[in-house]
Amino acid sequence: MNAPAYNFAYLDEQTKRMIRRAILKGIAIPGYQVPFASREMPMPYGWGTGGVQVTAAILGPGDTLKVIDQGADDTTNAVSIRQLFAKTAGVCTTTHTAEATVIQTRHRIPETKLGEDQVLVYQVPIPEPLRFLEPRETETRQMHAHADYGLMHVKLYEDIARHGHISTSYAYPVKVDGRYVMDPSPTPKFDNPKMNDCAALQLFGAGREKRIYAIPPHTTVVSLDFEDHPFEASRTQASCELCGADDSYLDEVITDDRGGRMFVCSDTDYCEARREARP
Amino acid sequence: MYVAVKGGERAIKNAHLLLAAERRGDPAVPELSLAQISQQLAHAVDRVMTEGSLYDRELAALAIKQAHGDLIEAIFLARAYRTTLPRFGASEPVDTAQMEIRRRISATFKDLPGGQVLGPTFDYTHRLLDPALAEGSALAEPAQAEGGDAGPMPRVTDLLAQDGLIEPSPMADPDAPVGDLTREPLDFPAERDLRLQNLARGDEGFLLALGYSTQRGYGRTHPFAGEIRLGEVEVEFFAEEVGFAVPLGRVTLTECQMVNQFQGSKTEAPRFTRGYGLAFGHCERKAMSMALVDRSLRARELGEELQAPAQDEEFVLAHSDNVQATGFVEHLKLPHYVDFQAELVLVRRMREEVAAQDSGQAPMQEAAE
Repeated sequence: MNAPAYNFAYLDEQTKRMIRRAILKGIAIPGYQVPFASREMPMPYGWGTGGVQVTAAILGPGDTLKVIDQGADDTTNAVSIRQLFAKTAGVCTTTHTAEATVIQTRHRIPETKLGEDQVLVYQVPIPEPLRFLEPRETETRQMHAHADYGLMHVKLYEDIARHGHISTSYAYPVKVDGRYVMDPSPTPKFDNPKMNDCAALQLFGAGREKRIYAIPPHTTVVSLDFEDHPFEASRTQASCELCGADDSYLDEVITDDRGGRMFVCSDTDYCEARREARP
Repeated sequence: MYVAVKGGERAIKNAHLLLAAERRGDPAVPELSLAQISQQLAHAVDRVMTEGSLYDRELAALAIKQAHGDLIEAIFLARAYRTTLPRFGASEPVDTAQMEIRRRISATFKDLPGGQVLGPTFDYTHRLLDPALAEGSALAEPAQAEGGDAGPMPRVTDLLAQDGLIEPSPMADPDAPVGDLTREPLDFPAERDLRLQNLARGDEGFLLALGYSTQRGYGRTHPFAGEIRLGEVEVEFFAEEVGFAVPLGRVTLTECQMVNQFQGSKTEAPRFTRGYGLAFGHCERKAMSMALVDRSLRARELGEELQAPAQDEEFVLAHSDNVQATGFVEHLKLPHYVDFQAELVLVRRMREEVAAQDSGQAPMQEAAE
């Protein structure tokens, strides 16, 4: 039996080149979903194989990698992905947002403002923002080609007609650079404004669905809304019980079986930095 | 309290140790060897090779051992290894008419050139649990065919084609590149080569259920098992350096050719059509299911009305892959605190609005005009 040998950052160089081409195309057409020949990864589909492939393709030996899941560095899957790259690429890893050059994320955008020398890689389960309105890929690709987003606006309108407000709380659709409607991945809509005019390059990888898309730095990203029902970035009206932050996205932690609960920052690095800075 | 979500690193390490111990089980019981798995659980190995798209009995056996016998997990292991291998070309088309036959049956003709060869099959066994097998027992020597070579065994569909009763088998364009959905993302509508590749890698259970649904009236295709054959074929590769095809080795294949009715159309006379199934090793259920679904997916090409799930190319091809399916279903185990929190905020707000409305307080905000 031949013992398997793996390349730097797991993927072979030809695969990385193919992925980089898709990334470059994505950057050239902001918000457009570029099909790519996604590979089987040594972790299951749904665990971030798209993000991992994008990270593997852009990672160099000098990079410092941060991986978060639900905003936290210590959730099991974030730990697992960080270990994969520490093992196969030997890169430095960090939990500090400001120190990282590449940040792979699932479901959150860090609270700390990102800079020009950083890349944010999102793990995306369903890249097609129109998928739950139209299940067929052949149809949705045409709708994007014609910028035919009427169906989406009707859906948002129906929400307002029924509930008085838009009842989408995460994976809230955005329009990128005035052209493509894009799924921001299942981040809470609280994070949507951070995507607009972001200094960092934002890359999105969907492994199972075989799509890559991108938002170049300083691109206009607008959450879909109506003039009389403007977009609202909602969060629980509370402060973090650990660091006192009243501007961060909060996790609700159930503390007993009598209705006791506390709210803490979902972004663990942000929370820890604030606690350390306290006198 | 908050420490509940900390300590992921140690938890993962300990989970891996526990998993390895569970795999091994009681150390007093002898450990399984790869040869035992490969030979005595041969159908499991065949399935892993087929759906893992990797013809290597030893690696498939290792994957099964490592996966504690969970075949989809084993298929995943095989795939994740296969995808790292360099691709140096495509083989010459294999000629299954030249197969060294171990089993060959036709449900459409009582006798035919080369004859019916029942071979190793569960088909006519009585499904009575055999207590003698629990202890292992000496076996009688299997009978050998007399006279050795049974002569040529032409494919049933080739015999039918001589009378023009069945559509001709489509010939591959030798200059056209071979489609490979593991190298290029699948695009719809997909050509038949890519559809067949997708089905060959597809989950046996999913294809079985879809094929079954066509038999029960959801896109009926009136199938007959024209022929099922099992045996060894030689795989050849055209080597540019030497200028001719060189043999790479032999693989065991199961091939199923379904013969299906076709009513004819305004421009075409009625004749039989084909559904094709092919699998590594002995995977008869898979090859038959694949052939049924292949024929159903040809509805568009044959001008049939599309009305059943098995005829819906996007539905079938996008959901046939069990490694993708199991990943996405099981990813629900991953934390979703953030999204759930966003939903909690929304549901609480909506409930407050309903409560306010019920108590006649502030009316619900008016919808946009």
